[in-house]
This record gives sequence, C-alpha cells and structure tokens, in this order.
Amino acid sequence: MLILECPYCGVAAEETELAAGGEAHLTRFGPGSSDDDFETYMFMRENPKGVNFERWRHANGCGKWFHAARCTMTLEVFGTYSAQTYEPPADLIKAIKKKRPDWPGYGAHK
Amino acid sequence: MSNAVSALNHASYQGFALVEEMGLQGMITLRGDFADATFQKAVKDVCGQDIPGQREVTVADGKGVAWMSPDELLVLVPYSDSASAAMDLAEALKGTHALAANVSDARVVIRVKGENAREVIAKIAPVDLSVASFQPGQIRRTRLAQVAAAFWMSGEDEFTIVAFRSVADYVFNLLKTSAIKGSEVGYL
Ligand SMILES: [Zn+2]
Repeated sequence: MLILECPYCGVAAEETELAAGGEAHLTRFGPGSSDDDFETYMFMRENPKGVNFERWRHANGCGKWFHAARCTMTLEVFGTYSAQTYEPPADLIKAIKKKRPDWPGYGAHK
Repeated sequence: MSNAVSALNHASYQGFALVEEMGLQGMITLRGDFADATFQKAVKDVCGQDIPGQREVTVADGKGVAWMSPDELLVLVPYSDSASAAMDLAEALKGTHALAANVSDARVVIRVKGENAREVIAKIAPVDLSVASFQPGQIRRTRLAQVAAAFWMSGEDEFTIVAFRSVADYVFNLLKTSAIKGSEVGYL
C-alpha cells in the first residue's frame, strides 16, 4: 500500500484517498506551439526505472494537488512537496542523491 | 416558501451504535485567504469562532467552523440562517479574493453514537481511528467506502459525518451495515 503525506493537510494518506496525476514538472506547450513541442508535452514521458517525480491529488481529502518523489522500482517514497513550484526542492534532491548515489540527478535526461 | 426536508428525514438505526440522520444543517463552503484580517473577521462574525488550525473543528451552540484545506472552511450555522449567513459573508468579503456558497441543501449529516462508534467508521474509512490518533476537535476529510465524506467527533463516543446529499442513502446504509450487532471488532 502506497502512503503519501499530503503537504497541505498533513494527512498520511493511503492510495485510495489519492488520484495519480502522472509525471511532474512538465513544460506545457499550448496553442501556437510547434507540433514537435506539443507532441513532446502531450505524449513523451520519462518513465524512469528508479527516482521519479509525480503529481498526485488528495482527491478524497483536502482536494489539493501536490508532488511526490518516489522510486518506481522499490516504491520507496522520498518525499512530498507543494504544487507551487516548477522543480523539486533542493533539500529533497540532496536527500535522494544521498540515498541513491548513482542517480544522475533531476533533469539529467533532458 | 417551500418546506425543506433533509435527505433521509431523520432515519435512524440502532446497531451496536446508533446511526441517525440529523436533519437540516446550515452549511457554507467558504474559501479565501486565512491570513487576511477581513476574512478572519467575517468568519468570527458569522459563527463566533476563530479560524481553526489545520484539520481542526470548533462547534458551539449550533454554530461552528471546520478546516477543510489551507484555503477552505466549512461554516456551520442553523439551517434557517444559512441563506442570510452566506449573503452576509459574501457582502463582508466583497472585493477580496473569496467565495461563500450555501451548500446546506447539497449535504447530508449523519451521526454515529455509542461506545463502539469508532469501529463503525474505522471499518469503512482508510483512517487511523485509535484514541491516540483521533480525538474530538479534529476533522478528517476522506472516503467512506466508495464516496467522499468528512467526519469529526462531536463527543467522546459520537461522530458527525457530512457527505453529499446525492449519496445520503448509500452512506446511511453503509454505516448501518458497519454497525450491525455482532459485527463488533473489539479492537479500538
Ligand atoms: Zn490533503
């Protein structure tokens, strides 16, 4: 059972209270963008084996969207953080690096 | 003036705890900036309470307020005052980034009362309802089986549950099933 702490209401919410929102920190390309950019925004996902950043919503709860960092392989949760950010907080990245020295780092693939 | 009736018209069921629909309750969803003095005053004026802390609820004399999220409150007033209270709030918050909506007729309020009331809820919600984790004064928004709901302890052995009116029947029957005599777990 996946348990994520909602940064807005402080509840340790289990999976059935949450709704998954896919990969986090996408750059949105809307009307007027090139077909290539739009395609990337719409369809292309990192889908890493290991550290992943995701969007979640506390749907059966306070209703807020938030972010979570976790491992797609072990399901370990590294942390959750506010939705009001364009990238993961520095201290969280640092903590993940410490746990996973081989992790290439946030944005390394881009 | 139409004769307003609650969703289940005071239906009740006595299992190992009492499950009872509470009738009409005035409820206003209020959103805005908790740090704003105008907002704080508007809340105080309408229900006599300060803005509650995270996941807290304060109710006294039929009025109260519950913390629903960092920018959302649920204001409780007597049903007959709900329309005017919502208008008063809207008036007081004019010009600020806020919203007051009278949701009284869109909700159902059910109470579960009895020594093992905690168990009735614990069976159907993914929430730690041990005495150590959940106490009067706290509110929890979660789900009851398949539908969204919120509840708080309105007494030592008493839960007040708020759900959407459209699922009133479902929630009542769910609580009823959970409270059937002989199905006590005896853990909490
Ligand atoms: Zn939450």
